[in-house]
Amino acid sequence: MSHTPSRPGPAPGPVGSSYATPAIRLTGITKRFGPVIANDAVDLEIAPGTIHGIIGENGAGKSTLVSILYGFYTADSGAIEIEGRPAPILTSADAIAHGIGMVHQHFMLVPTFTVLENIMLGAEGGAMLRGGAAATRAELLRLERDYALEIDPDAVIEELPVGLQQRVEILKALRRGARILILDEPTGVLTPAETDRFFDILRGLREQGVTIVLITHKLREIMEVTDTVSVMRRGRMIGHRTTSETTREELADMMVGRAVSLQVERIATQPGAVAMAVQGLTWHDEGGVARLSDISLDLRAGDILGLAGVSGNGQSELLDLLSGIAPVQEGRLVIGERIVDRSAAMDPAEMRRAGIAHIPEDRHRRALVLPFEARENAVLGYHDGPQTGSGRLLDPTAMQAHCETLMARFDVRPPAPRLPAIGFSGGNQQKLVLAREIETEPRIMLIGQPTRGVDIGGIAFIHAEIMARKAAGCAILLVSVELDEILALADRIAVMNAGRIIGEIPRGEADVTRLGLMMAGVEAAA
Amino acid sequence: MKRLPGWADYILIPLLNLSLALGVAALVVLAIGENPLDALRVMIEGAFLYEGAFGYTLYYTTSFIFTGLAVAVAFHARLFNIGGEGQAYLGGLGGLLVCLAFDGWMPSAILIPLAIAGAAAMGAAWAIIPGWLQAHRGSHIVITTIMFNFIGAGLMVALLAGALMRSGQSNPESREIADAARLPAIHDIANALGFDMASTPLNLAFPLALLACVGVWVLIWRTRWGYALRAMGESGSAAVYAGIPVKRMIVTAMAISGALAGLMAINTLLGAQGKVVLNFPSGFGFTGIAVALMGRSHPVGILLAAFLFGALFQGGTELDFEFQTITREMVLVIQGLIILFSGALSLMFVPWVARRIGRA
Repeated sequence: MSHTPSRPGPAPGPVGSSYATPAIRLTGITKRFGPVIANDAVDLEIAPGTIHGIIGENGAGKSTLVSILYGFYTADSGAIEIEGRPAPILTSADAIAHGIGMVHQHFMLVPTFTVLENIMLGAEGGAMLRGGAAATRAELLRLERDYALEIDPDAVIEELPVGLQQRVEILKALRRGARILILDEPTGVLTPAETDRFFDILRGLREQGVTIVLITHKLREIMEVTDTVSVMRRGRMIGHRTTSETTREELADMMVGRAVSLQVERIATQPGAVAMAVQGLTWHDEGGVARLSDISLDLRAGDILGLAGVSGNGQSELLDLLSGIAPVQEGRLVIGERIVDRSAAMDPAEMRRAGIAHIPEDRHRRALVLPFEARENAVLGYHDGPQTGSGRLLDPTAMQAHCETLMARFDVRPPAPRLPAIGFSGGNQQKLVLAREIETEPRIMLIGQPTRGVDIGGIAFIHAEIMARKAAGCAILLVSVELDEILALADRIAVMNAGRIIGEIPRGEADVTRLGLMMAGVEAAA
Repeated sequence: MKRLPGWADYILIPLLNLSLALGVAALVVLAIGENPLDALRVMIEGAFLYEGAFGYTLYYTTSFIFTGLAVAVAFHARLFNIGGEGQAYLGGLGGLLVCLAFDGWMPSAILIPLAIAGAAAMGAAWAIIPGWLQAHRGSHIVITTIMFNFIGAGLMVALLAGALMRSGQSNPESREIADAARLPAIHDIANALGFDMASTPLNLAFPLALLACVGVWVLIWRTRWGYALRAMGESGSAAVYAGIPVKRMIVTAMAISGALAGLMAINTLLGAQGKVVLNFPSGFGFTGIAVALMGRSHPVGILLAAFLFGALFQGGTELDFEFQTITREMVLVIQGLIILFSGALSLMFVPWVARRIGRA
């Protein structure tokens, strides 16, 4: 298999097909979930040995489409052809039999097993492990050689960096004979440097004739690594492009159906007094592992401090401490006159009363009670306040009115206060949370991943609202794994790595390369 | 799991479960050589049509409402209170102690509310301990509440055969409480108003149970406490984020749950029997779990489920009288099947129904 396609790769779809049989051909794929049409007569053709991107806003239907391809869902109608043959894929086993492999956003690895054991999983070969292990080891060596994917087969998964864990996932798929590899939002957990290496791997796989389907919402990645790209919007396939013949702007327009600016309009403010001072916070988890080491930060009125870093480097723990969810162990917080330390704790309710609003990173587990109606979620954390009415009992009319106000002001769609939170798209869920937290006009806002899983239209709206709070004099801590977001919003940027602040630099001195180095743990050059 | 429309969740699924249970019960009746249709006729007549039958059915319904509500309140916080049996038993002790202390001189208007409060308080106390252990020590509530049933039963045997045993008697039971402490029987009230009604154990605890249904509905869906309780049940991490004091909520939820279970005792102690006898909750506390599951933890559902179980209990007693081959144990088997299919297996049909509805 040394077939190397000419670049730029052939365009999919009916335009100028220069290859004999497509690796994948989907015709008229339709999938409904109750009243929602997740995929509406979707057609897709992918040439063999190319990297094909599928891009779209959240809820556009791209995950549903690849889930159908991988046998998680069955399409209501439509046909799948793999390498020219009709392929009725009903289960994941069918997909694997057709040479399709999938790497999920969240890795499906056993953390305490070695690389070899993980790759053997599901293909142990008999009751005793010895024979299977030897065969897998030989196979792994061959794969390493063919695809230049080096890895220590005896390393324990949880001790490997995320980038290598992802490599194990890819090897797992290849071991099962995958010639078509589906990657669902693969770069969310990687540093910029790891992402570059990952793209090199993808190019290497392409050289070996592997067909790659890359699901992402990041335009930059599409432009950088794909040969061809398909854009989805609201369950429909909007169009196919050859990557080298399109632009970011065109793709963004196709995704949202209207022109949007990716830049937020900055509002210049003069930073005011320190609203919250974080002094020497150190925090150990239940296992005694230090998750935060000697963190010191100042949050100032009318100022946004951006906290960058690959997720899992202590940002979540820091937000938990600052919002009162976890008790302070060492160090202290100074909030106005109050000092919070080991002996004087403040719980989340007290923090809220002190004018601290918290938009948690985990929208589904923390910020919302998913089965609750929107109007019930609109008072979460404020259910003892005037939002639920003035009487002794909850006043559904007051809650309804409160929710309607928030929905109107923040353009939450559908504006249905009685719809359970789970029925809203990610962006609209986030707008509801943001509305709830901003409406109380907090002095301090702790914001975690404000646009995770939010579509482009929603991102612009949310960024503008955060900027407006800053202009109104709010002290803001913005935690995000999206460097673009940090660079667009923050006045100062601190970078976290392994529970430490690697450095803090003014926005003017920051660029992606420098922040990327800091995220990888390299101290900021002075 | 996918959500079903309300009518399917609250009506179709319980009906399917019930039909299946009755279907299997019919096979059992067939197997011992009786006609299932005859058995069904006897049960219906026994539960509704014979003289006084309906009063008995409602009397049992009353007990099931209290124990069902008890399980439901805790379940809204995802606490599985299996200890209703023991909490009802101890509730009987609480009510009894008030009566023993004051029924010599206190007028009904004070004594009855006080006895009711005593039953609720003692039931609550018996549930608070497992609640506290769950909140502060992580001891699983299912295990501790089961254990507390045994401890409670042991304690009650010791008391009823010892300090509280009626003097000059060999039965392990308390003395009868004074009439001033008794809740009036419904048939007495009806007869006084000129309606002719057969004598049954149905008493004023029944309207109190209906009031409790309304009270629990308000508590869960119209108070800030209920809001916090439901938030905690649906998402513990969101509750922590919202500043809801989770530990305190666990303890108070168990207290209210235990108080409702304790109130079951007023139906027997202050109503029908006028005394505490050995093992008087006779499984009603456990059946409350099935009532709550079948009623989907909603007071209206619980009312309907409690009525069904009340009718089954009364109709089953009749079955025992009418058929030589169908013994008391056989009736227990039928009730067990209903509990199995509408309680333990209550969600069995959900995926199947969801697929049918989804396809339609």
